[in-house]
Amino acid sequence: MAAALLEMRHIDKVFPGVKALSNVDFTLHAGEIHSLMGENGAGKSTLVKVLTGVYPKDGGTIHLNGKEIYPKTPKEAQEEGISTVYQEVNLCPNLTVAENIFIGREPRRFGFIDWKEVNRRSIELLKKLDVDIDVSKTLDNYPVAIQQMVAIARAVDVDAKILILDEPTSSLNEVETERLFRIVRQLQKQGMGIIFISHFLEQIYELCDHITILRNGELVGSYEVAKLPRLELIAKMVGKNLNDVKDMDKMAEKSVPSDEVFIETNHAASTGQIKDVSLQIHKGEVIGLAGLLGSGRTETAEMMFGLKEVTGGSLKINGKEEKLSNPMAAMKEKIAFCPEDRKLSGIIGDLTVRENIILALQAMDGMFTHIPYSKQVELADKFIDKLRIKVSDRDQLIKNLSGGNQQKVIIARWLATQPRFLILDEPTRGIDVGTKTEIQKMAVELAKNEGMSVAFISSEMDEMVRTCSKLVVMRDRKKVAELTGDQISSEGVMEAIAGGEK
Amino acid sequence: MKKKISELIASKYFSFFVTVILFAILYGVGIGMYKGFMKPQVFLNLFIDNAALIIVTIGITFTLLIGGIDLSVGAVLALTCMVLAWLLANTGISVFAAIALVLLMGTAFGAIQGYLIAKFDLQPFIITLAGMLFCRGMTAVISRETINITNPTFVAMADFRLSVGAGFVSMGVIIAIIALIVAAVVLGFTRFGRNIYALGGSESSASLMGLPVFKTKVSVYTISGFCSALGGIAYALMMLTGYNLHGMGMEMDAIASSVIGGTLLTGGVGFIPGALFGVLIQGVILTFISFQGTLSAWWTKIVVGALLCVFIIMQAFITEHKSKLTAKSSLEENS
Ligand SMILES: Nc1ncnc2c1ncn2[C@@H]1O[C@H](COP(=O)(O)OP(=O)(O)OP(=O)(O)O)[C@@H](O)[C@H]1O
Ligand SMILES: [Mg+2]
Repeated sequence: MAAALLEMRHIDKVFPGVKALSNVDFTLHAGEIHSLMGENGAGKSTLVKVLTGVYPKDGGTIHLNGKEIYPKTPKEAQEEGISTVYQEVNLCPNLTVAENIFIGREPRRFGFIDWKEVNRRSIELLKKLDVDIDVSKTLDNYPVAIQQMVAIARAVDVDAKILILDEPTSSLNEVETERLFRIVRQLQKQGMGIIFISHFLEQIYELCDHITILRNGELVGSYEVAKLPRLELIAKMVGKNLNDVKDMDKMAEKSVPSDEVFIETNHAASTGQIKDVSLQIHKGEVIGLAGLLGSGRTETAEMMFGLKEVTGGSLKINGKEEKLSNPMAAMKEKIAFCPEDRKLSGIIGDLTVRENIILALQAMDGMFTHIPYSKQVELADKFIDKLRIKVSDRDQLIKNLSGGNQQKVIIARWLATQPRFLILDEPTRGIDVGTKTEIQKMAVELAKNEGMSVAFISSEMDEMVRTCSKLVVMRDRKKVAELTGDQISSEGVMEAIAGGEK
Repeated sequence: MKKKISELIASKYFSFFVTVILFAILYGVGIGMYKGFMKPQVFLNLFIDNAALIIVTIGITFTLLIGGIDLSVGAVLALTCMVLAWLLANTGISVFAAIALVLLMGTAFGAIQGYLIAKFDLQPFIITLAGMLFCRGMTAVISRETINITNPTFVAMADFRLSVGAGFVSMGVIIAIIALIVAAVVLGFTRFGRNIYALGGSESSASLMGLPVFKTKVSVYTISGFCSALGGIAYALMMLTGYNLHGMGMEMDAIASSVIGGTLLTGGVGFIPGALFGVLIQGVILTFISFQGTLSAWWTKIVVGALLCVFIIMQAFITEHKSKLTAKSSLEENS
């Protein structure tokens, strides 16, 4: 085998209270797409950050092309030829798209930035990713998915030896992911070494050649993808044997809804967002909103939470017509909404995990009622345990958690409110495989045991098929089909999306 | 059309537009009310009277852009005037050597403040507050009394008038204009300038993108120190004295000007023409008061205070509604 491009040996990294990495080895070859896998908080992002000089390492060596390197800042890592898209959005919202792509290496003429060239080349670059937007607008005009594409465009343009992508696909849809993969494969052919992190197993198996698994900051092993079946991979990640993993994956029986309807819409429309949606959500029902991106499924959810105005048709709660003009009104009706872009909204970094969990509950109870400390602790501990949130203690600052664990906290926040209707928009994105099942189970249990109505939105079809008692399929901002019982299957949904009304 | 308006409101230049329009209206009303306003020299006097403030505002805008602040500018300006006056009165060194020396002093002082802030991740508010107290103190230590500048070369420079059209401008204005142009070019067309905006937008992102955060921070405070000293020279040219109470509260006027011109205190948004108009609008109000004749000059402060209040509220409103405004316009684009 050819000499390694990158060799990391005996890497240690300690944070106050956590040993994030201990004695980790990692080897990357040129022309290889190598996945780093592990549960939330296993240390993947930390390894990336040690490699790129964001955190100083506490031990170990890094060799690039046989030469030892000591990057102390991301800038130095870049100069060594390591280009990175970090897990958190690492762009400047106040700069234009073009500036974000080229900042730090703007093309110049006579010492001054050549803005025409910057804009022209940005457009060209984004075109390769099939993104067609106005690059002279500031970044905060665009949704997270576009921002992610911009970050990727920035990283792939530099002439690097190593490209690191830390969960680049957690806010992309299938089409966008496919485009990204095309580019990544191209770069692989050019001999670049690529590190790819994701919790989507299908993506790993589709794209990668090699997998290195971390667990609790320790190296489990490094394997060829072709020789590592899925279940074995999961078993190694969670540290259990194969049979336990199979059990873990088993879903409980689906919830059987009661006859009582909690919320219903009748030909509801919202100008420019939703054209025509009629649906009934019963108590104790887990309903899935399916459809491609832009089909209006998120908008429908937002309408039921008062974020989108109902401009046509009607919306009834418990049989009474209601005008949900803002989220506060929806929260009064005990409706909770866990939004899709948890990356941007929701995390209050300087509060503790406990405080972040009780935040929504507090808001619902009113600012002035105090939730007893013992109750707060009880709630926090319950969710930390159930969702397997990896924290050193419940009063750790949330900003020091790993990306996935931060997301778990936000989900816990909404689960804690004990709503009558819970909307979960893409709740399992960026969450590790084990906890994904846990969240699905929780949705079903809440409906079963507490008679809660749950709306579940996900781009992963099999997840919805496993969880939901009813599937509403959307297309072009309209409801096109409703599937129940045996009709619920991936094929059924695909047919409905493709075929239109039945 | 509606989309155009909401896009304009959401634009980062909105405050600037409002300021420019307000300036034009005030000036128009002035012309309507007082004949004197018509004279070109009245307009040029806005620059002559405010040359020092313009230069200082440029420096402070740099620090505000990275989300920092520099409270020491007024004190550095006073110290510059004092040291210059003292040097010219008590030593035989040439005017140009003295000017070079005080410029170097201001720049070095800014660099030290910047180094402390960047190296130890300290609050710029506190460090520059300390810097302000230090410089005021030093100024008083040099002399409690006014020192007059009588050096013939310097006085000649102060008396210099460059005619433009039907009027004239002073040396201070020429310095201010050059500073404005250089600052605008640096911010708009150099990597360093872009790094400043990036830093103001998100320091952690800037660092993860591999931008030289430390160097940029130190440079920004160095520039502010330099501008304060340069402003001090413009001030000395106008006053021909060194005095402990020169430039009292000037840091606040400079911050107010910058914010009125569209700079966000949270950093990342703002630009040099805005800072200029922020100063000019204060100048116009003062001119109004002097033409009116009976009002106290303190009314300027009251109006500027009110204006600042309105602008801050406006900015908060825009930030809050920006997502809505832009979401709407991009949706309309799609459908
Ligand atoms: N800045 C920090 N301060 C303290 N602890 C930290 C910090 N960053 C990470 N940690 C801890 O280090 C551990 C590893 O975190 P890391 O972000 O590397 O996980 P990860 O494998 O990337 O997980 P995810 O899949 O959720 O992104 C976690 O226990 C986390 O709490
Ligand atoms: Mg991570």
